[in-house]
Amino acid sequence: MEPQARILKVLQKVTGKEITPGADESLFVSGLLDSFALTDFVGGLEEEFGVSIPDSDLSARKFDTISKVESYLASRV
Amino acid sequence: MAFLRAFGSWLPPRRVSNREIAPLVDATPEWILELTGIEERRYASEEDTVASLGLLAAQDCLEKAGATAADLGMILAASGSTDRFCPGPASQIAAGLGLASTPALDIPVASAGSLIGLALARQLAPAMGRVLVVGAEIMSRRTTLTPQGKNTAILFGDGAGAALIDPETGFARIADSCLYTDGAAAEILYVRDGQFHMDGQAVILQAARKIPRAINELLARNGIAAGEVEAFLLHQANLNLITRVAAAVKAPRERFFTNIARYGNTSSASLLIAADEWRSAQTAPLSGPLVFSAFGAGLNWGALLAFRQ
Repeated sequence: MEPQARILKVLQKVTGKEITPGADESLFVSGLLDSFALTDFVGGLEEEFGVSIPDSDLSARKFDTISKVESYLASRV
Repeated sequence: MAFLRAFGSWLPPRRVSNREIAPLVDATPEWILELTGIEERRYASEEDTVASLGLLAAQDCLEKAGATAADLGMILAASGSTDRFCPGPASQIAAGLGLASTPALDIPVASAGSLIGLALARQLAPAMGRVLVVGAEIMSRRTTLTPQGKNTAILFGDGAGAALIDPETGFARIADSCLYTDGAAAEILYVRDGQFHMDGQAVILQAARKIPRAINELLARNGIAAGEVEAFLLHQANLNLITRVAAAVKAPRERFFTNIARYGNTSSASLLIAADEWRSAQTAPLSGPLVFSAFGAGLNWGALLAFRQ
């Protein structure tokens, strides 16, 4: 499965919705994520991709779109 | 050893509802309640000071403990909102209690200050004797009731709490604690030029990970399952955050005492005000461990574990 599809799978699990936001659509502006949901999203990404995301990287800016999440995760591998 | 002997608190009588502040910050009462879980908060009067609130909580705590100020070996006073930083409120609280030589030290840390005080008191009590930990805040003077100040104005309230840590006796023994500081994220939560500044989203993100981690660390190294804990007493920052922490540590939400709906976030005072209300409502002896946890400016955070006696 491609990284974006895996990210979307985590997002759908966290939000409980069968959503398919565009790769560059803001997950916060669209209301799909808020501060609380982002912590779950980050936890889900850690599990799905087998990476550890440090607290210092916990910024909404880094996880605002699926494209940004993909870039961030690529930098962590 | 160190024991929790008693708690105390004092809240200013003036109640400030969401309905009162909502039009000032360009919000609705319903929005404030949904976002924070807060229905009302208390505001100090113009004559009040952080030290005067702290003194009233200290006196309440000593009365509940059946102790006198002369019994104290030390005072630790936490506040992030005091008007005068040096000397801070600790010495004024000591003087108000009639003490002229008992050491009284300030902990100028918002929100996590009283947890730090409890953890330090655990270490200090065997050497210094009874330690009175006070958390007192007048946060309403560090926020502005304007649309620009909405982020913080809707959250904060004023009040004071206190705890007496005794080296010999109490209703629970403080068994373990952990404290952490990460100054790299200090800019998300700070007081400057008399005003409290907060990047709410970043604070929630940090707190939602750091608080459960600290709690889980203490539980794991003491071989305790979250379900065994009788009560979780947390800094009352945000009702949604507390619910999130409960889910993260896999403990029943009802074990997390909350009073934020009535007092708002009283920063360093909130942990001890919550502890005092929880303790006052207890009708039976403790049946399990207690967990305290807080997160605040610094960033500072941690947790503390106590066992029934």
